[in-house]
Amino acid sequence: MKYMILVCLLTFGSCKNEVKSGSDSSETAVVEAVNIASVELEIYDFNGLEKFLNQEDDKVHVVNFWATWCAPCVKELPHFEELNKNYKLKNVEVLLVSLDFPKQYDKKLKPFILEHNLQSKVLVLDDVAMNTWVPKVNKDWDGAIPVTIIYNKDKRQFYNQSFTYEELEIEVGKFLN
Amino acid sequence: MKYFKSITVIALLIMLSAFTANTKSFDEKGYDIGDVATDFKLENIDGDMVSLADYKNAKGFIVVFTCNTCPYAVRYEDRIIALDKKYASKGYPVIAIMPNNTSKKPGDNMNAMKARAASKGFTFPYLIDAEQTIYPQYGATKTPHVYVLEKTKKGNVVQYIGAIDDNYKDAALVNTKYVEMAVDALLNGTKVEETKTRAIGCSIKAKK
Repeated sequence: MKYMILVCLLTFGSCKNEVKSGSDSSETAVVEAVNIASVELEIYDFNGLEKFLNQEDDKVHVVNFWATWCAPCVKELPHFEELNKNYKLKNVEVLLVSLDFPKQYDKKLKPFILEHNLQSKVLVLDDVAMNTWVPKVNKDWDGAIPVTIIYNKDKRQFYNQSFTYEELEIEVGKFLN
Repeated sequence: MKYFKSITVIALLIMLSAFTANTKSFDEKGYDIGDVATDFKLENIDGDMVSLADYKNAKGFIVVFTCNTCPYAVRYEDRIIALDKKYASKGYPVIAIMPNNTSKKPGDNMNAMKARAASKGFTFPYLIDAEQTIYPQYGATKTPHVYVLEKTKKGNVVQYIGAIDDNYKDAALVNTKYVEMAVDALLNGTKVEETKTRAIGCSIKAKK
């Protein structure tokens, strides 16, 4: 339902832009502000996020750490969206953990979520104690993004790399059998 | 004779490429604490070529892999300048190296580097790893990524690898200044307590 509203607002917004191009731009700005306000971010520190990295259900969890300022992250994001679309009914859950700066939430992150109509669940991690939490995510991670974790209740793999859709599908396949 | 020459050239090329391939995989993981870091000869924003060996009086170096385009690197610019102001006179100058491939990140090209350095008033060399051969040897993976080197008889020994401090957001809220603690320890002849730290950064853009 939430997404429906978003989509409506988005469509409405873009129609307005087309119809009224060149006319009063403050009206467009108001519509955009409404759109952005409609995106609710779930923001966590690492303690709060940790449960999403350790869910003991029957699903395969694909957790991608990204940010709008990270070009390789943005490039591979559609593959995670594609995975979500094709596998969400096959017991796979995609989680996109944004590391955007708090000051950029309204300026960059929310517009990005709207613009790309992200369907996977997006969480935001805001925790400056990086030297504490980065090694907790994985002992071999030095903090460069993107990175991805795929896990289920039996096993877990950490990927310090970018993915193509095919690579992602192969890795997830190893967890599905 | 001509054929012979070209065969020799080809053979040489093959040998060379095999050699570089080996070097690459060997260095993939980069330096650990205690390793001797390589010197380099990289172009500075003023057009000069800069090497660590040029700094006859240095006791060591704060080598910072950084760039214009990474928001974390940008947030640390003032703190990198402050490090140089505090430690260059004590024998530990900052040497900044821009490691990104500039066709992938045009915002990091030499002209952009010059402009950024001028507008921020960089007090230290801002070098470009144009061939992208130095950062892999160090094992830098992201910007900013700091290596504190101590000059010894056997060479420039890596004494600290990691972040500048523990709060990227706000310099005023920093609890631990990792780089300062490392350099202070080296200046005092004591042990560096925290030798490796981790932080989120922008992955270095390789050519591929």
